[in-house]
Amino acid sequence: MPAPPAIAIHDITKRYDGAASALAGLSLTVAPGESLAIVGPSGSGKSTLLNMVAGLDRPSTGSVTVDGVRVDRLNETAAAKFRRARIGMIFQFFNLLDDLTVLDNVLLPAQLAGTPSARARARADELLGYLGVARHGGAYPGRLSGGERQRVAVARALMNRPALLLADEPTGALDSVAAAQVRDLLAAVNADGQTLLLVTHDAALAASCASRTVELADGTVARDTHGSVARDAETTAACGTDGSAVGGTGGTVTGGPAPVSR
Amino acid sequence: MNPAGPLARVVLAGVGRRRAQASVVALTTLLAVTASVLALGLIAGSRAPFDRAFAAQHGAHLTVQFDATKVTAARLAATGSAAPVAQAAGPFPVAELRPRIVGGPPGLPVGLGLPSLTVVGRNQPDSGPDSIDQVAVIEGRWATNRGEIVLDPDSLPPSLLGARLQLPDLPGAPVLTVVGLAHSAGGSARAWVAPDALAAFVSRDVPAGLQMLYRLTAAGTENAIDSGRAAISAGMPAGAVTGTRSYLDVRAGALVRTAVFTPFVAAFGVLGLAMSVLIVGTVVAGGVGATIWRTGVLRSLGLTPAQAAGAHVAQVLVPATGGVGLGILCGNLLAMVVFDGSAAAYGAVAPSVPLWVDAAVGAGALALVAVAALLPALHAGRRSPVDAMRLGRVPRPGRGRWAGRLAARLPLPRPLSLGLAHPFARPARSGVLAVAVGFGALGVSFAVGLATTLDSIAADNSRDEAGEVVVSTHVRVAHGPKSGAAAPGPAQAPVAAGEVADAGDAADVAKVIAAQPGTARFFTSAHAEVYALGIVGPVTVTAHTGDSSWGARPMISGDWFRGPGEAVADTRFLDETGAGIGDTVTVTDHGVSVALRIVGEVFDLDDDTVDLATDETSLRGLDLGLAVDSFNIDLRPGTDLVRYVDTLQDALASHPAVVRANLEEGSEVIAVMDALIASLTLLLVVVAGLGVLNTVVLDTRERVHDLGVVKAVGMTPRQVLAMVLTSAGGIGVCAAAMGVPAGVALHHRVVPLMGTAARTGMPRAYIDVYGPVAAALLVLGGLLIAVLGALVPAGWAAGTRATTALRAE
Repeated sequence: MPAPPAIAIHDITKRYDGAASALAGLSLTVAPGESLAIVGPSGSGKSTLLNMVAGLDRPSTGSVTVDGVRVDRLNETAAAKFRRARIGMIFQFFNLLDDLTVLDNVLLPAQLAGTPSARARARADELLGYLGVARHGGAYPGRLSGGERQRVAVARALMNRPALLLADEPTGALDSVAAAQVRDLLAAVNADGQTLLLVTHDAALAASCASRTVELADGTVARDTHGSVARDAETTAACGTDGSAVGGTGGTVTGGPAPVSR
Repeated sequence: MNPAGPLARVVLAGVGRRRAQASVVALTTLLAVTASVLALGLIAGSRAPFDRAFAAQHGAHLTVQFDATKVTAARLAATGSAAPVAQAAGPFPVAELRPRIVGGPPGLPVGLGLPSLTVVGRNQPDSGPDSIDQVAVIEGRWATNRGEIVLDPDSLPPSLLGARLQLPDLPGAPVLTVVGLAHSAGGSARAWVAPDALAAFVSRDVPAGLQMLYRLTAAGTENAIDSGRAAISAGMPAGAVTGTRSYLDVRAGALVRTAVFTPFVAAFGVLGLAMSVLIVGTVVAGGVGATIWRTGVLRSLGLTPAQAAGAHVAQVLVPATGGVGLGILCGNLLAMVVFDGSAAAYGAVAPSVPLWVDAAVGAGALALVAVAALLPALHAGRRSPVDAMRLGRVPRPGRGRWAGRLAARLPLPRPLSLGLAHPFARPARSGVLAVAVGFGALGVSFAVGLATTLDSIAADNSRDEAGEVVVSTHVRVAHGPKSGAAAPGPAQAPVAAGEVADAGDAADVAKVIAAQPGTARFFTSAHAEVYALGIVGPVTVTAHTGDSSWGARPMISGDWFRGPGEAVADTRFLDETGAGIGDTVTVTDHGVSVALRIVGEVFDLDDDTVDLATDETSLRGLDLGLAVDSFNIDLRPGTDLVRYVDTLQDALASHPAVVRANLEEGSEVIAVMDALIASLTLLLVVVAGLGVLNTVVLDTRERVHDLGVVKAVGMTPRQVLAMVLTSAGGIGVCAAAMGVPAGVALHHRVVPLMGTAARTGMPRAYIDVYGPVAAALLVLGGLLIAVLGALVPAGWAAGTRATTALRAE
């Protein structure tokens, strides 16, 4: 019997007051461990779709099921609890809190979930080490490079071992070197079994990190590569910029502990 | 291009676009102006009636009475040329007389004795437009012949016009008809007759005197009046001056009731003004970032710095003007309600809020708003438009991070520790919030203390006199029937003044009372008027028999008297005689004196009389013809009051005695004060809450992006609410911890001042009204102000969707 889908979106529409539909009858299924890139021009509904999956927004019609939970039916509190337990989010502009240290930023989701502090701290140390930013734990995000900040954001997203990692233009604010590092990182995370949903304009990111690409146009699926790209060890390894090691400044993500396993 | 048109559109668009800030500006100015108009209006309005009347009557600054046997009229007329004297009038014949009502229109209390009145012989109420003391005839006409008298109706029974008054002290007990009612603002006399009438009436037994009226070149202070008095009496034989009266004392007397309000209304007024300045200033200047950004945008569109600044100020002035207009209206309406409710407390002339108060408060508030709006606009004007836009958009990060690190270590849920650290990131704004809460806590603490003090005073003074039951055997001579006193029943004829139950009767009554089941203890009181050195006019002395210590009034210092020769006095007596506890004073009647040692100072709110209380045996040296006015009875616990009164009345049927339950009465003045305290405190708390609301709104707006982030990583709405409320509540507790002691200190300063205004000291028990529990609750009150003020923006923060917040990036 096949495993239930990580994401099941059925015929969703989203209409904002007085505007054209952002989503118009979109359906999509994502399997556990899959890495899906959503591409498309501005205004095609990519970010709206991502927000629906995260429970940050609700469809006007249709249903969104994530990890077996009807996200579109959750109230604000339940959605927040669902998010912190099952979803990690990565943003284009990192969205780290400037007044908290790197460590405190990473700890935040666990603290909000009431995780015992020793366990949370151990998990944060593990992630920061895995992502190669352990030495910045006491620093404030403003002092880090863009790539480093995005690594911290990834660490924060993985903190509560989410079932699903959502990334909204994760390389959009980075230079090419830092963007390549983040691509490698996401590929490695996915290789460890983490389901990944990417929204991007970056064709290189979509091509190298995603086992499947869905292109949106005018709020519907215009193209889906489902089944056309085989996902195997070689493909995943090809995610890396040099095709071998993935890692950033001062660290590697291969061969370490398995921080994404649940 | 004519910039006026676009500029006006920019201003109106700004008001429309920023409705939340415009509403807060309007509401804040409304409340601030209401509080200021009410406070200033009460102070100014309550002072106006005396000052207006005194100026209109060209009242005498100093009224001096001389012994006619020691100084001649010519010598007195010469005092008009003394250096400090600007104008003089007199001498007029004068005497202290005690009339009794013997007839007149129906309804008058025939037989009632009036208090001792200063009667002056004057041909006419005034002798020209510039003459001193132009007595105002309120009703009727001036006395022109021997059988007529004009009275000042203040503190006398109503409807005395047409009454026939007998002067029993004088030979032949002449009878005069009241032909007019009049009032001297300077208080030169309480009654007037034709001069020759007085000369004919006054007998050898009553000291005949002459009165001089003076206006002085300098009369603003007690010292100036004192030096005028010294210059006038210089070179006169000892004892020539028998009494003097400064208009400042009369003014204080006229204002004494309203003056009790003044210290706390002034304190509230100052608090309200300070809060208003602070809150209006910060509300207006609060959106500095937005102001700077907007100024930058406007300038980039081609407006000059002055036009951009003008546009911003005008944009703030539009809602502020509305708030000021409504505030003046509300302040006046509220003042009318308060003035109306306190007609008794303020005297017969109902005051109103003077126009200058409305004008000054309105202009002041608008000027404050304009300045507060202009400063950030000018600040922005000094920068290039690009700079202004950049600076206005980006808050300065990096402050107070130490607090964040420290709070993260606290064993608290993360939303709470995040909230605790927030204030340190914006210290200036947090300071404003702290000051708002601090002032609010100060106001509430002050108000609670004041109300407690007033309630204690009301509780201790809720009865006219001591005892649960009072047996009146004598109608009060000095004051007429007191309100609340039982009127003599139909079966009993009123006991006329002078018709005194003799000692035998009193002893019989005492026996009946002692034998009555339910009587626990009792003492008797008798009242008389005596004279004391240093005091103009009579002193009311209460003579008790039996142990009266259980019925003692609250003591300011010292103890109740314990035996013959000892006495207690009120503050006015001690002030006016200059005596202190342990000193001996001499009281005199008809040339006979006794010495009394003052052993205690009693708290006496009755500002009409100067009081002294002693054991009856202390006064036996004087021929006062003392009669027992009342028996003050304390009942055994569980005694049925109504039955006791009925059975005692029956038992005393053969005696001229009226038994009444001495019920507790509410004080109208204190009720008015309580209402005033409540309304002023409410205004203050609302203004404080608005200050909190405004700062939290600004802070939440600035943090909207961070709020989106924390929600995206899983912070629930309730956790957001807790974070924002903790942020305001943390500051609130700290600010209240400082505001409450300040409020206590203010209370400890103002209560004695209120006492001084009422011409009494204050017992410590009325000042030390805060216990540790009350203080802790008051600090929690500060927390409540902070939390309630922050509730709306916190709710908004909790309810905002993360996507909306994140879109702000």
